[in-house]
Amino acid sequence: MTSDGARAPAVAATGLAKCYGAIEAVKGIDFEVRPGEVFGFLGPNGAGKTTTISMLCTLVKPTGGGATVAGHDVLTDSDEVRRNIGLVFQDPTVDAYLTAEQNLRFHGELYGLDKAVMKDRITQVLEMVDLADRRGGKVETFSGGMKRRLEIARGLLHSPRVLFLDEPTVGLDPQTRAAIWGYINQLRETEDITIFLTTHYMEEAENCDRIAIIDHGEIVVLDTPEALKASVGKDRVQIATGDDEAAIVALQSTFGIEAGMHEGAVTFAVPSGEEFVPKLFAGLRVPIRSVHVARPSLDDVFLSYTGSTIRDAEAGAMDWARQMMRR
Amino acid sequence: MTTQADNTRSGNLAPVARVRVAKRSLRHDLRGVKIVLHRELLRFVYDRTRMISQLVQPVLWLVVMGTGLSALVISGGGGGQVDMRTFMFPGVIAMSVMFTGMFSAASIVWDREFGFLREMLVAPIGRSAIVVGKVLGGALVATSQGIVIVALAGLANVPYNPLMIIELVLLMFVGAFTVTAFGVVLAARIKQMQSFFGIMQMAMMPMMFLSGALFPLSALPTWLSFLTRINPLTYAVDPLRQVVFRHLDVPPALLARFNPGVTWFGWQVPIGMEIVLVAVLGAGLLAVGIWEFRRTD
Ligand SMILES: Nc1ncnc2c1ncn2[C@@H]1O[C@H](COP(=O)(O)OP(=O)(O)OP(=O)(O)O)[C@@H](O)[C@H]1O
Ligand SMILES: [Mg+2]
Repeated sequence: MTSDGARAPAVAATGLAKCYGAIEAVKGIDFEVRPGEVFGFLGPNGAGKTTTISMLCTLVKPTGGGATVAGHDVLTDSDEVRRNIGLVFQDPTVDAYLTAEQNLRFHGELYGLDKAVMKDRITQVLEMVDLADRRGGKVETFSGGMKRRLEIARGLLHSPRVLFLDEPTVGLDPQTRAAIWGYINQLRETEDITIFLTTHYMEEAENCDRIAIIDHGEIVVLDTPEALKASVGKDRVQIATGDDEAAIVALQSTFGIEAGMHEGAVTFAVPSGEEFVPKLFAGLRVPIRSVHVARPSLDDVFLSYTGSTIRDAEAGAMDWARQMMRR
Repeated sequence: MTTQADNTRSGNLAPVARVRVAKRSLRHDLRGVKIVLHRELLRFVYDRTRMISQLVQPVLWLVVMGTGLSALVISGGGGGQVDMRTFMFPGVIAMSVMFTGMFSAASIVWDREFGFLREMLVAPIGRSAIVVGKVLGGALVATSQGIVIVALAGLANVPYNPLMIIELVLLMFVGAFTVTAFGVVLAARIKQMQSFFGIMQMAMMPMMFLSGALFPLSALPTWLSFLTRINPLTYAVDPLRQVVFRHLDVPPALLARFNPGVTWFGWQVPIGMEIVLVAVLGAGLLAVGIWEFRRTD
C-alpha cells in the first residue's frame, strides 16, 4: 500500500447485507468512503447502522456481499483490517475499575505499540480529549461524557487509518457534544484519518463531509449535506401576519400554496424563497409583520426521502420495540 | 502486503502522533494472552467482595458441616481418629477452586456485552489468545483462592507441611484450569448472566455431590459408585485427598475407609493417571472454547 493505497477508498461496500434469521438488518448496501473524509450514517433506531459498523469492523460476518476497509477485505483479511481501524462502540466498554491511563495502556499493548512511543501517545490523546489531568483517576468516578471522551482517545491511540464512531454523542449534554465535534474537526486537520460515524441527530450530520441516509437497512440517498438539501429544492418560509387564517386562505387562493401553522407562524415551502418574498408582498392582501426564509434542513431531506421525519421513524421503532417486549 | 507505509503517513502529524501497530504474530498473540491474564488478576484484586464472599461457603462447609459430621461419625462408633474436617478439607479446597474458576468464566458473558472483551474482539489478536488468557487468568485466580483455603489447614487439623502445600497448589492449578475451561465453553454460548448462573448451578451441584468432596467414595451402592466414576471432578478431588492423607498419621483401616482412592472395576487408578485425565480434559475443553470463539465471528 503506497501512494495507490492513499487514493483508494477508505471504505468500500458492495452489496453488503446481514440477515438475523428473518430480520434483514442490512439489505445489500453499496457505498464508498473517501480517504480523509468525515462520513456519516444517518438513520433512526434499528436502521442497521451498528450492524453495518460491526460488519466493517469484522465483528459480524456479512450474509451477503463484502467490503474493504483501508484497502483490506473484511472477510479474507480481517487481521489487516483490525490493525488499521479504531472503533468506539455505541455502549461504553471501558473498564470501570481501571484508571484512564491503565485502560489506554492495555489497549496499546493489545495493539502491540512500542512502549517508548506509547507513553507520549497516551499523553497526547488524553490531552486531546481534555482528560490529561484525570489520567490516574479510576474510570468508575468518571461522568458519562468523560467515559465517552476516554473511549474516543482509546480508539485513536493506535493511529488508526479509519476511525469508526457509533453514535459518539448520544446521551451527552450539548457542551460535551460540541467538544466531541471539536475533536473530530481537530482530527480532520491534524491526522490523516478517515472518520465513519453514525448518528440520528440531524444537526450533527450537517458536520459531515458526506452523509448516507439509511432506513430499514437500505441507503436511501448519499451525498453532501448541501447537495441533499438542494435536492429537496424548497425553502421553508415562515411569515407573521395580522391575520394568520386569512393569510393561509389567501396563499391557497392566490398562489396555490398549501400553508400551515408551525411554531406560531404561517409556514410553507416554495422553490426559491428569496425570490418569492417580493411576490408575496405584492400579492397577499393580509398585512405581513415579518418574514423568515430558511434553506431546507436535513430534517426536510429526511422527510422528503423517507416519507417520515426521523422522530416519527424513531417513535415507530419504539412502539415496535414496546410491542415486542409485551409479547 | 502491508508495510510500514500503512502507518507512515504524509501529512502534518504532531511529532509523537505516529505509532505503529504490531503485525499479527505468535509473539503478539502471546502478548495478548498476557494482557488478558493481567486484566483478570487486576479485576480479582479489585473485586474484594467477591473474594470474601467466595470464602464464606467453603469455610461454612469446613467449620460447620465438618464439625457437625465429626460428632456424628465419632458417636456412630467408628472409633477412629479421622476428623471429618480433615476428610472434607481437600473437598472444600476443590469446591472453592471450582466456584472461583466458574465465576471467572462467567465474566465472559458480561464482558461480551459491556466490556473489554468487545474491545479485544476488534483488536489484531487471535481469538485463541483471548481464550487462553482468560482460562489461565481464571485458573490463577481460582488457585489463589484455593491457597487461602489451604492456609486454613489448621482448622481442619492438617499440618502445614511445605511439600504438601506445594503439591496441593500444583494440583489446584490443574483442576482450576479445567474448570475454567469448562466455564468458558459454557459462557461462549450463553448471552445472559442469569442463564449462565442457572446452568452453572445445575452442572456444579451434582458434580460436587458426586465427586467425593463431601463423603468417602468407598462402600457405595453400585449406581452411585458408577456416577462418581464418570464425574470428572472425582479425579480432581481424589489427588488432593491423597496428598493430604500422605502427610497424616492415620491407621490403615481408617485410611481405607476415608481415603480409598478411585477404583475402576477393582483396579486402583494411579494418582498420576488421574492428574493426566483432568489435564487432558482441560486441554480438550480449551480447544472447544477456542473453536467456539472463532465460530461466533
Ligand atoms: N444480534 C442480533 N440478533 C438479531 N437481530 C439483530 C441483532 N442485532 C441487530 N439486530 C436487528 O437488526 C436491526 C438493525 O439493528 P442495528 O443495531 O444495526 O440498528 P441501529 O441503526 O444501530 O439502531 P440504533 O440507533 O438503535 O443503535 C434491528 O432490527 C435489530 O433488531
Ligand atoms: Mg446502533
